[in-house]
Amino acid sequence: MPDEPVPLFTVQIDGVWHQFPKGTRVIEACAQAGIFVPRYCYHKKLSSPGNCRMCLVEMGMPRLGPDRKPELGADGKPMINWMPRPQISCAQEVSEGMGVRTNSPLVKECQRGVMEFLLINHPLDCPICDQAGECELQEFSVEYGAADSRFLENKVKKPKAVQLGPRVTLDDERCILCSRCIRFCQEIVHDDVLGFVDRGSHTVLTAHPGKRLENNYSLNTVDICPVGALTSTDFRFKMRVWFLKETKSICTSCATGCNTIIGTREDVVYRQTPRENDHVNSCWMCDHGRLNLDYITSERRLLEPRVLLGDKLDSSDWNAAIERAALQLRHFPGWETAMIASARLTNEELWLTAQLARALGVDLIDIVPRSGPGDDILLSEDRNPNTNGARLLGITSEPGARLGEIAQAVKSGRVKALLALHENPIETGITAEELSNLPAFIVIDILENAVTEKATAVLPGFAFVEKRGSMINGKGRLQRLNRAIRGPGNARDDWEILRDLLQALGGSNGLYSIDDVFRQMSDAVPEFSGLTLSKIGDLGVQVLRARGALSPLAEAKETAVPPS
Amino acid sequence: MAITVPRPNLNWRERLYLPAIVAGLAITFKHFKNMIFGRTKVTMEYPEQKWDANLPEHYRGAPALVRDADGRVRCVACQLCEFICPPRAIKMVPGELPRTDRFAKVEKFPEEFDIDMVRCIFCGLCEEVCPEQAIFLRKDYAITGFTREDMVHRKDKLLEIGGVMHGVVLKWNEKK
Repeated sequence: MPDEPVPLFTVQIDGVWHQFPKGTRVIEACAQAGIFVPRYCYHKKLSSPGNCRMCLVEMGMPRLGPDRKPELGADGKPMINWMPRPQISCAQEVSEGMGVRTNSPLVKECQRGVMEFLLINHPLDCPICDQAGECELQEFSVEYGAADSRFLENKVKKPKAVQLGPRVTLDDERCILCSRCIRFCQEIVHDDVLGFVDRGSHTVLTAHPGKRLENNYSLNTVDICPVGALTSTDFRFKMRVWFLKETKSICTSCATGCNTIIGTREDVVYRQTPRENDHVNSCWMCDHGRLNLDYITSERRLLEPRVLLGDKLDSSDWNAAIERAALQLRHFPGWETAMIASARLTNEELWLTAQLARALGVDLIDIVPRSGPGDDILLSEDRNPNTNGARLLGITSEPGARLGEIAQAVKSGRVKALLALHENPIETGITAEELSNLPAFIVIDILENAVTEKATAVLPGFAFVEKRGSMINGKGRLQRLNRAIRGPGNARDDWEILRDLLQALGGSNGLYSIDDVFRQMSDAVPEFSGLTLSKIGDLGVQVLRARGALSPLAEAKETAVPPS
Repeated sequence: MAITVPRPNLNWRERLYLPAIVAGLAITFKHFKNMIFGRTKVTMEYPEQKWDANLPEHYRGAPALVRDADGRVRCVACQLCEFICPPRAIKMVPGELPRTDRFAKVEKFPEEFDIDMVRCIFCGLCEEVCPEQAIFLRKDYAITGFTREDMVHRKDKLLEIGGVMHGVVLKWNEKK
């Protein structure tokens, strides 16, 4: 990027003069001036094809005198020669002395006319359309359109419920041909599969012959579709959007930590959609993370704390379970105890885990690394959301480096007590038989699996949509999870389980809320100093220098910020 | 501010009360006589006798789902009634119509549709908000049951009460 400052242009918008840097699109300049210009095809992260014509405004250029200098009016500002025809504001950049009118009679007439054309062939099936309630066609029709249609002819028939790919269903009749989805696939994913075919009123969106919209970012096209043409096969007809309670959170399926909005109703998660954060995920998220919600409602969810009584794992109440688990842990000295923590836990939980390790004198502790193929867009190779948090809080220096040692110590019988937090020890090389021979094997997890039956105490925890806390993503950004739904059954927030275990081992620790835990952590960890859970905010705070080459979003490369 | 109500000044005849009592008894005897000779009825013998035939057009009884002349359940599970319902009596689970269905074009239908008649306040907002003319308040008012479960009208019961509705807009016909 050039070092010289970007020149500022003076632009008149609706009679008021503003200054904008060179290169600002007129539609964005209007937005910065607090004036919303309706648009369908324009998306600020994509190119401007200018094909919907909804953002028409009146524009003018400064009137030049015979000396080729702008003539100044009585107010000392340049006088403007208005162009006789409206211009699209999305494809035009600001220039010195430009004038823009967004609410003149001509502009209003244009908007009403464009709305009427867009609605000519649009079916009136809002009662069944999933977009209803968040549909820009509905919104702008009310705001800028006419009350009645003058179209008496039959509407054009087009294909309905077309499977564009494994996750996206297309209704061609509803499509207004804005081409946002086409440009998204071309410009962001570089997977050019969508296009328009046929002419005139019969133009339809379709996938290229022999290709499908099956890239890992296909569901973003559903988000940016201004109407109900592209719908998520997963969310289709499940719930009306106006019922959804929206909770700002982050995705925990990889180290990128895309910012999300979780849509829930009555303790059921219906969908997860990306939330804009230019430091992390721009406006997008991958399908892998978005749909990774099934396990929350799994039949295998652990709902009751259970402890070993005699030779049977029996349901218990929380007080007894915590007491029992603490007793089992206290029975063995620190060098006979090992802990397998998880980088899926929040910072607060990892902080309490580290405290628990200190209280027990445990040295053998590590997290289970988890990796998968990454890409150049958002998906990270590190599939754990909080590896950086585990590093920072001293749980591990190199993820997975000590797992072999733990497995060896369990095998040799040196370790007699094992605490597994949200991880399955089988994956670290410990056999099921060795686990059943352990005198103390405490599991804090959310799903039942083969090893939970071998535990001496099972303490059910919460999934990420059920808890509040913080995580540090792969680029070193501290971000916040918020609770969207209540946990199932008798399961409990993980930080409470750990706090209670700590209390059972060492007396009261003065922690009554998750904010207390963060406060305690921020007092001790210099990277968090001065922060609280509230201060993290919705967009997060950069706390670490980015480690290694974590693929940044292509379009956000130049906006990557240095650590503050 | 207190308002003093003037008490009527009663004369001695009025203060005696006897003429008023006699006048009242005369009316009672008149009715008694009419009863004896079968000339009047004071009480309608509900439930053997009902006033149903005389219910006004705007009477708001139990809400019900209707079919149209084609036999199609008109509801498309848009859930607007569920949204508008003040006592939250309505619950539904939307489903997708199979492609082979005669009205597959409609795509959506209510898999389950429950109205909890313990909660229903017969306000008629569901009928007013329905964009598909699928739910109407019928004239059924005697909604009874032995358990709370009995009081929940499931989809089949709602369709049974609703029956077929003629003269509604056929927006899903093939021409449109």
